Amino acid sequence: MYNLSGITDGIHQFLSSFLAPWLTVTVECVLIGVLLLLVYSVLALFYIYYERKICAAFQCRLGPNRVGPLGLLQSVADMFKILTKELIHLKNIDKFLFALAPYLVIIASMLSFAVLPWGNGLQIIDFNIGIFFLVAVSSIGVLGILLAGWSSNNKFTLIGSMRSGAQMVSYELSIGLSVLTMICLAGTMSVGGIVDAQSDLWFIFKGHIPAFIAFCIYLVAGTAETNRGPFDLPEAESELTAGYHTEYSGIHFGFFYLAEYLNLFIVAGVASLLFLGGWMPFHIPGWEGFNHIMDYIPGTLWFLGKAFVLSFIIIWFKWTFPRLRIDQLLTLEWKYLLPINLFNLALMVCIIVCGFTL
Amino acid sequence: MIHLDIFGITNNGLLAVVAALTGAGLVFLALWIAGLISPSSFNPQKGEAYECGIPTRGESMSQFHVGYYLFAILFLMFDVETVFLYPWAVNMQEMGTAGLTCIALFFGILVLGLIYAWRKGALEWK
Repeated sequence: MYNLSGITDGIHQFLSSFLAPWLTVTVECVLIGVLLLLVYSVLALFYIYYERKICAAFQCRLGPNRVGPLGLLQSVADMFKILTKELIHLKNIDKFLFALAPYLVIIASMLSFAVLPWGNGLQIIDFNIGIFFLVAVSSIGVLGILLAGWSSNNKFTLIGSMRSGAQMVSYELSIGLSVLTMICLAGTMSVGGIVDAQSDLWFIFKGHIPAFIAFCIYLVAGTAETNRGPFDLPEAESELTAGYHTEYSGIHFGFFYLAEYLNLFIVAGVASLLFLGGWMPFHIPGWEGFNHIMDYIPGTLWFLGKAFVLSFIIIWFKWTFPRLRIDQLLTLEWKYLLPINLFNLALMVCIIVCGFTL
Repeated sequence: MIHLDIFGITNNGLLAVVAALTGAGLVFLALWIAGLISPSSFNPQKGEAYECGIPTRGESMSQFHVGYYLFAILFLMFDVETVFLYPWAVNMQEMGTAGLTCIALFFGILVLGLIYAWRKGALEWK
């Protein structure tokens, strides 16, 4: 496996050879920030294209195909279009909270984005409580959504944000518990450590039955957490115009849109990290030759591949299941997913204690 | 375990601040660019709430369904209990039977709480 920290170490040595230590750190921090910004926006633009193409395929359409080869530049054109749209100044809003809400939503997704491991040595934040930090910061986003709905001074946005808040906090419980189930298996919360622990076999195989149940629950809860698919009732168009971001115009709306797509990537990324080994190639214990061949595929490709496949499944949900009502949604979480999850955690503990893991 | 650090910066708090500032910078920059290139025209009707065409009646920042509060409170309880389980989950394999017994007791109380809420009808959306 390639260790990409060699590249960053090289840059570090090059910079520190002629700069003072504090200046080196500053330059490196700026470098990390610019890189993060670039990857974040390029990925968001790609995801918008990706979803539109998949939607089109499900509905027997072509999707975007005019701007650039295969329509690849469509979302770039859309970004410039949205930048040139007027930012409408509203009369009765709470101006401070209205301006604050997009910051919270973007910062939450940026922080959780920075935790994801992209490859061997290619990870920005590596706390020893990494995955817990990720769960914690991703819940800042719900604050942004609640603020957006409340400060707009509009009945549609208020109802939309309340629904969204109830849904997101409820499903966060399921996410937390399924993450907990996998931490029991990993024995560490560090993101790097979790990937390392899967070097012989991915957790979904290692933990077999409870890991698979946790994986299914994580995907369902993750879909709800990103307000997508059958759980997109916070923005049910026919009832609430556009939900919590009805009053936002131009690029102000664009931030919510951007964060929504990035959250899709983050949910898929965390699922691939916890269950499918992150950037770790597919290994089977005992098959040395096979494992060696798999190692030739770079870790970043593995990670992105897993994330894209899982996002495809989440997008697929949207075109297969009809939208749930709020009572059905809360029933699904509190009466089905939560008890199953608690039972699953106990099952996982039993399996680990008895040594039945693969 | 491989120690992963980027550029030899081991202070993860600093990196988290950098990531948060990047997020804030993205919003700020995009708003600044949009402010430069987007058109702007004044019309008193534009400032009205986007509801249904006729003027808004009553206060919009009003009371809402109490059910949302109920679920928020339930969430708070269960989430704090989940947070308690995290440190145990990390050390589960080392702590052995003693840790397992303690946490089984705690877990039992958690499940009892859920059953109580269920029987009381707190999980129904009314």
